[in-house]
Amino acid sequence: MAKSLFQKVWAAHTVRQLANGQTQLLIGTHLIHEVTSPQAFGMLRDLGLKVAMPQRTFATVDHIVPTDQFAEPFADPLADAMIKELRKNCAEFGITFFDRSTGKQGIVHIVGPEQGITQPGTTIACGDSHTSTHGAFGAIAFGIGTSQVRDVLATQTMALSPLKVRRINVTGKLRPGVYAKDVILHIIRTLGVNGGTGFAYEYGGEVFDRFTMEERMTVCNMSIEGGARVGYVNPDETTFAYLKGRPYAPKAGAWDEAVARWRATASDAGCAYDDVVTIDAAEIAPTVTWGINPGQGISIAEKIPDPAAARTTDEKANIEEALAYMKLHPGAPIKGTKIDVAFLGSCTNGRLSDFQEVARFLKGKRVAPGVKAIAVPGSQGVGLLCAELGIDRVFRDAGFEWREAGCSMCLAMNPDKLIGDQLCASSSNRNFKGRQGSPTGRTLLMSPLMVAAAAVTGAVADAREVFGVEAN
Amino acid sequence: MALAKITQISGRAVHVPGNDIDTDRIIPARYLKCITFDGLAEGLFADVRHSPDGQLQPHPLNDPRFAGATILLSGANFGCGSSREHAPQAIEKSGFKAVVAENFAEIFFGNSTTIGLVCVNASREDIAKVSAAVEAQPGLEVTIDLVGREIRFGGDKVPCTIRDSARDALINGRWDAIGELLDGLPAVKATAARLPYLAA
Repeated sequence: MAKSLFQKVWAAHTVRQLANGQTQLLIGTHLIHEVTSPQAFGMLRDLGLKVAMPQRTFATVDHIVPTDQFAEPFADPLADAMIKELRKNCAEFGITFFDRSTGKQGIVHIVGPEQGITQPGTTIACGDSHTSTHGAFGAIAFGIGTSQVRDVLATQTMALSPLKVRRINVTGKLRPGVYAKDVILHIIRTLGVNGGTGFAYEYGGEVFDRFTMEERMTVCNMSIEGGARVGYVNPDETTFAYLKGRPYAPKAGAWDEAVARWRATASDAGCAYDDVVTIDAAEIAPTVTWGINPGQGISIAEKIPDPAAARTTDEKANIEEALAYMKLHPGAPIKGTKIDVAFLGSCTNGRLSDFQEVARFLKGKRVAPGVKAIAVPGSQGVGLLCAELGIDRVFRDAGFEWREAGCSMCLAMNPDKLIGDQLCASSSNRNFKGRQGSPTGRTLLMSPLMVAAAAVTGAVADAREVFGVEAN
Repeated sequence: MALAKITQISGRAVHVPGNDIDTDRIIPARYLKCITFDGLAEGLFADVRHSPDGQLQPHPLNDPRFAGATILLSGANFGCGSSREHAPQAIEKSGFKAVVAENFAEIFFGNSTTIGLVCVNASREDIAKVSAAVEAQPGLEVTIDLVGREIRFGGDKVPCTIRDSARDALINGRWDAIGELLDGLPAVKATAARLPYLAA
């Protein structure tokens, strides 16, 4: 019978059924970082347990690292204690740690793919909700909590209930200046922030067929913002080409076997889905959020919603709450809204291609006076490549601060924070209240090029106009 | 590993209204800088309970009438956002035993169940009924009965639902899966041996 990738991977990794009906699922790759693992190691010690497969466990540090200070100890003693704790845990339990001194450190969801650890047909878990990113490779990747981090450390498995699969086809061709970020913001706007509850999202269609791995990662990354626990794209030639030659990718004869296996993992033609949604790429425009969840987005040409026009009392209340927090005016165009900060980075859009694409247009432009603009590579690897290609210079010349790798101002567990009610144009994944470190700070999510357009004009702008992005 | 069988939760309730209450709101990121979960109660809803200068703000959790509540009532899509277990831990460490909402974000629900924090769904109308009763009489005892799938308060009751696997785990004392997962280790080895990428 024809099966989806999700069904195949789930079946291959099923250890057994548990008494409550859940499945004990084998996790092939466990990625850990400093925020959600220390308590799990503590529990492991309390129970006198070892790490079941240390060779399948990889660690890095991302959330708490300062992006403007390389030397330790960190100025923040709590952050310093966290990196030291992770280092100690990795040494004690025999886990590979991509520490800052290795040159491979970075956001866990950027490091995994970069090192070739993230592979098709595997299961991956990490104590971070954006683990869904790894689905871009045709892996089933789960964001988990700390007790489950403990479970995976101790047994290389966890207890899970199966998910339904929704196939999301994006057909046709994206218009120039419209990016992967716009695709996922559009999908979440269309299906809702909890539309994906109980589902794995399988993304496909011509747009995904043409997408690079980095673009696929951007979309899969934000699956969780639509309520889907995992998101994935079937592996194809693009996937294999990305992986070939990476440090942890199969070598020599093992490579061809792996590719054959990966090919067979993809969803079969004619497999049944629990739901199918089709979106026409031509409908998708550069999108900006105006509210306090990633589903509250509009195209750059639209006006900020008016609660008076809401169809339900719920929608009205949601709009009112969002506008009160965001200090935005109903019915006003989003275009032209003044910004204070521009942030380029995060596990959503902190990859080489993001900086490359922006640099292509940013050359010769200047960040508007009064705007604080920071560019933060998602990993040391990305930073290094940007330096080799002279991309960091383009950003610096334009007036961006170019930083060390880390999560930075996405959730601000490091010194990069909004102050007061600053409004930030951000390439990150969440616009929740207080997300960027100030209880009253405000976030507008958008694509990297839109962030750059906002940075150089000092206001939300249509990147296609600012940079003369032309039809090709 | 013997765990308590959680068949019902009784206690006072407090209503924290709103939909899409995300994990950043439940516990702001700065409270995650810790290596144990011990001090997390301090961060519960910290940014909505305090003004930027640290003064207590009007909020149901600051209202002395609801002090000591063990049941949290809320809206739809509760716990969306991050996978941080810090969120259910902060709720649990603040003395709560259960959350009643229209529905929950997937990871939050799983994290909560694993630490024995009960999450049950009820309709908006029914949550409003319980909330109104509690508002009128803050000391009212509310009981969530997992066996009977109902919420009792005063002389009244409303139905509630919970995913079967979670209900089974809670009422049979199997909510923390670690013991069972460890029992499966021989089978884990066999499964791993069948997967080429792990066998290598």
